[in-house]
Amino acid sequence: MTAVLAAPVLAATSTDLSWGEIPALVLPALGDTLVMVGVTMLVVVALGTPLGVALDALGPGGLTPRPVLHRVLSAVVSVGRSLPFLILMAALVPFTRLVTGTNIGIPAAVVPMALAGTAFFSRIVENSLRSVSPSLVRVARASGASPLQVLTSVKLSEAVPSILGGLTINTIAMIEYSAIAGTIGAGGIGYVAVTYGYQRFDHGVMVTTIVVLVALVAAVQALGDAAVRATTPHSRRRSRWWSATPTSVPTAREELANVHH
Amino acid sequence: MIELRSLTKTYGEGQHATTVLDSLDLTVSPGEITAVVGPSGAGKSTLAACVTLLERPTSGAVVVGGRDLTALGEKELREARRGIGTVFQADGLLTRRTAAQNVELPLRHLGVVPAQRKARVAELLERVGLADKAHRYPHELSGGQRQRVGIARALALRPGVLLSDEATSGLDPQATASTVALLKELRDDLQLAVLFITHEMDTVVAVADTVARLDAGRIVEHGALVDLLHTPASPLGRALLPRRSHAGAAATAEPDDVARPPLSVWVVSHAGNRVPGDWLVRASRALGTDLELLGASLSTVAGVQVGHAVVGAAAHLDDADVEAVLIGLGLHAQREESDAAQQRLAADALEVVA
Repeated sequence: MTAVLAAPVLAATSTDLSWGEIPALVLPALGDTLVMVGVTMLVVVALGTPLGVALDALGPGGLTPRPVLHRVLSAVVSVGRSLPFLILMAALVPFTRLVTGTNIGIPAAVVPMALAGTAFFSRIVENSLRSVSPSLVRVARASGASPLQVLTSVKLSEAVPSILGGLTINTIAMIEYSAIAGTIGAGGIGYVAVTYGYQRFDHGVMVTTIVVLVALVAAVQALGDAAVRATTPHSRRRSRWWSATPTSVPTAREELANVHH
Repeated sequence: MIELRSLTKTYGEGQHATTVLDSLDLTVSPGEITAVVGPSGAGKSTLAACVTLLERPTSGAVVVGGRDLTALGEKELREARRGIGTVFQADGLLTRRTAAQNVELPLRHLGVVPAQRKARVAELLERVGLADKAHRYPHELSGGQRQRVGIARALALRPGVLLSDEATSGLDPQATASTVALLKELRDDLQLAVLFITHEMDTVVAVADTVARLDAGRIVEHGALVDLLHTPASPLGRALLPRRSHAGAAATAEPDDVARPPLSVWVVSHAGNRVPGDWLVRASRALGTDLELLGASLSTVAGVQVGHAVVGAAAHLDDADVEAVLIGLGLHAQREESDAAQQRLAADALEVVA
């Protein structure tokens, strides 16, 4: 990589990489992207889940409503959510340097990505928990469950498929953010696309990065969909062909007969 | 046994205060199903929420097994709630757990060891006739089966009181029948005190021992189901066993109908359990002229005959004689005056239901 040209070259055909050279450039970049997004998502889940739980529990109709605390927390999260990622990244440079000691490279990209992602994910968790039917919560509370028991065995447990679906969306958004972080030298697919595809008009590299990104997003989506299906009993129904007893809704007569057994 | 003593619930303060429950008194004894009926907005759902103290009553007491729940702190309350099993309208089963896991949950929350949980769950599912469906998910069960799982779960902690909050609402007639049959079995076998809150009059007739009518936060009428059905003046009794429209009957009695002799129309109803099955024949024989049956709605509730009928008596008969004969057979009897009176009765009954 002897990238001497910072300015775009008008007739760049001579500097284009050959198709044979592209994998050597793109594959390590893909690895960088996976590391960046992977580390970011670990932080996002670790921080975003408790934050989302707090947002739901403290909010109106939550398990332990605290209106003032909820408003403060919600406002902080909203600020994190409302800044465009490019601006958030620039604004966070001093903080990033404090945490990682640098403001370029993968570690420097993870900090703003994790922050933006946590704000995003906390809303996803909050929304998923809020969608759990209040009647389920009432039943559990009426049978003497503590707020913590209601949270774990009813709310979080019922919200798992919804949270996994949100996690998929969140991960894909982080792949997108990693490409934006690439523009400030974070490495990864986005960096390759910008330096080779955009600044050097290397169409071969551009097309390759696009194909890789599309494939990556499709793979994450497929994985996420599979996880949602696996955790939703009623969508597992069709794949239950191995089940020995066929599923059938009983007739009214059977139902009446059952009572008298 | 559950006792509600001058239970009051007020929302808001000062001028904007709304009293939803107004010093309500109600007792349900062991082995008894008490239905609370009333129009929407009467306070039924608030009552249900106050009984388990999911809503704190403004004043009054909820006494379960001799303990006043309103006096308890949050932690003690959680324990006391285990003495009341609750079945809600939308069965409230967790969609990602099987029938057995749903029934198991209250036991798990209580900290019962796995071996005991397993045994108790098997026993409960057997009790509600769903032993073979233990490993089915809620979406694989019918509405009635889901509600029976809900009942099994409500019974998991061996409560003495069962609160049923619109448990049969939204179920089809067969599922309602199976749920009602199960509740009656449980009442007898476990000597449960069942507080059955509903807006469905048909279900009340099928399930209740006593009925209370809630209106504007007060119990305005309360009594044994059979007594209410035997009292023609009771709005609740009329709502529970609605009268069919007798407009057709009145038409046949038009005096200008030349082909038929004019009739006087009588509305009769069972006043008690002494009415012989062949009362129409006996009355006709006693009066020396046949009574015409113009319309009737009769049934047997809890082994007791209830119902009402409209009969036509020949106009030449003396009203006092007809009345004496009918009353002698254990019936209430009232001469039907006009269509307006009919409509008034029908309107009263509708008011109770609506």
